[in-house]
Amino acid sequence: MERTSTTPPPSVKLSIRDLQVSYGSKRALGPISVDIYERNVTALIGPSGCGKSTFLRSLNRMNDLVPSAQIEGSVKLDGTELYGAQVDPVGVRRRIGMVFQQSNPFPKSIAENVAYGLKIEKKLQKSEIRDRVEQALRRSALWEEVKDRLDESALRLSGGQQQRLCIARALAVNPDVLLMDEPASALDPIATARIEQLIHELSASVTVVIVTHNLQQAARVSSYTAFFYLGDLVEYNRTEVIFRNPSQEKTEEYVTGKFG
Amino acid sequence: MKLKLKRTKRNALGDIALILASALALLLVIGSLAVIVIDVGIHGYERLSWAFLTESPDNGMMGGGIFPAIVGTTAMVFLMTLAGVPIGVATAVYLHEYAAPDSRFAKLVRIAVQNLAGVPSIVFGLFGLGFFIQWVGPGIDRFLLGGARMFGQPGILWASLTMAVLTLPVVIVATEEALSNVPNSVREAAFALGATKFQVVATVVVPQSLAGILTGGILAVSRGAGEVAPLLFTGAAYFLPELPSRFSDQFMHLGYHVYVLSTQSPDVDATQPILYATVLVLLALVFMLNLTAMVARSRMRRHFA
Repeated sequence: MERTSTTPPPSVKLSIRDLQVSYGSKRALGPISVDIYERNVTALIGPSGCGKSTFLRSLNRMNDLVPSAQIEGSVKLDGTELYGAQVDPVGVRRRIGMVFQQSNPFPKSIAENVAYGLKIEKKLQKSEIRDRVEQALRRSALWEEVKDRLDESALRLSGGQQQRLCIARALAVNPDVLLMDEPASALDPIATARIEQLIHELSASVTVVIVTHNLQQAARVSSYTAFFYLGDLVEYNRTEVIFRNPSQEKTEEYVTGKFG
Repeated sequence: MKLKLKRTKRNALGDIALILASALALLLVIGSLAVIVIDVGIHGYERLSWAFLTESPDNGMMGGGIFPAIVGTTAMVFLMTLAGVPIGVATAVYLHEYAAPDSRFAKLVRIAVQNLAGVPSIVFGLFGLGFFIQWVGPGIDRFLLGGARMFGQPGILWASLTMAVLTLPVVIVATEEALSNVPNSVREAAFALGATKFQVVATVVVPQSLAGILTGGILAVSRGAGEVAPLLFTGAAYFLPELPSRFSDQFMHLGYHVYVLSTQSPDVDATQPILYATVLVLLALVFMLNLTAMVARSRMRRHFA
């Protein structure tokens, strides 16, 4: 968070305009307009049911998988509309990776897990797959722990390792954006600290959007924070502004723990 | 107030009664199985020999072996599995992965499957006779073979397909069960990596349910190997020393052979040892098929435990 004062304003990676999501007749989110900045960590905070996860899942069109979901508005990645009529959600998800609350490795080997996204995309040389698996595992700070047992089942890893494996799996396809839905909420404090460190490192090369219930975590890892309440975006600003000097009363109440 | 932590007599008695009841039930199950196996084993073992396994029956069911029946049963089970399991798995995958949860059509298919499971096996035999042998078969003969009578009669292909239909519900139900055991989070993980629906199903969901699908296969195979009634109309031969060499050939079947030996023999005493030995072979075959599939399944489970 030291770099905040020295760097010029970052460029916009994701531009969201009038995004509105409803399930059946129930409005879940928005309309919301917000810009997500490139190679920064943006935290989404707010009480349960405030729409932050719905928002996150709209960014890589995971909400399309929910039959009752209706999504309106516009999400642009580097200026390209993601909800255009011609756009294949599958292609969107290859450029915008996602890590879930519960680590969800496939019951395959460690190497196969990381290689999955590569293999389904196109035919690659074995050596290239191996290189990119190593690269992804290094980026997710897991390589040293698993390099001698890449063929072992991923399910034998510890919870924290599994989550870092899921991050490696998402990174292997070189996404532009990494979405994280409470990635550390099921982990112990040590594993959480490692994930947070990792997120910090990743933000040098990837744009990260993270949903978290943990306010300290948001303050530690993010440079921008968006506060959601009852399906609306209440306030969006630099993280230190949100936590020290919010402009909305509701935001202040939430970050000081008056409700939530 | 004093806490009552002491075990009451009533609770203790209840425990004992429950243990006794379950032990009795267990004894009944294992006991009857043991009686069958031991009885068949003792009586069948005397007649069992290499010749018995590799020769054709002769002397009016009072001599010779059962080789054609072993081959016929194995071939029938193989064909049945080949035809039934892919269709059953595909149906279950459609029902569970592709059909919308509230789809009317899927509901209809499920009801049909459940009812199919309750149809008596003899009715399947009649279905095979009416559908395959009197309708599909003659059609093939007329339009593809220029009128020669080949598929318009009972044969191993029609028997296997009839059995495949009979075992479909088992495969479908077991596969659906296996598919529903795959957690949604794993499907989401694959989708989030940019997998298409087909890729999610083919590379994640189905591989992860293979053990359960195999269980369905096992049950289908055991059922198919032991079922006789549908074969009566569809292709099992009373006596046929030659092995089936074409799909339209009739074949001997161990289960049907047991029926023939026990009801059609001119000399009951002379046939009895053969009958016992045949039953023993049939049991061994079914156990072996089960065992093979069970080993395969546990291997698959261990692979990624």
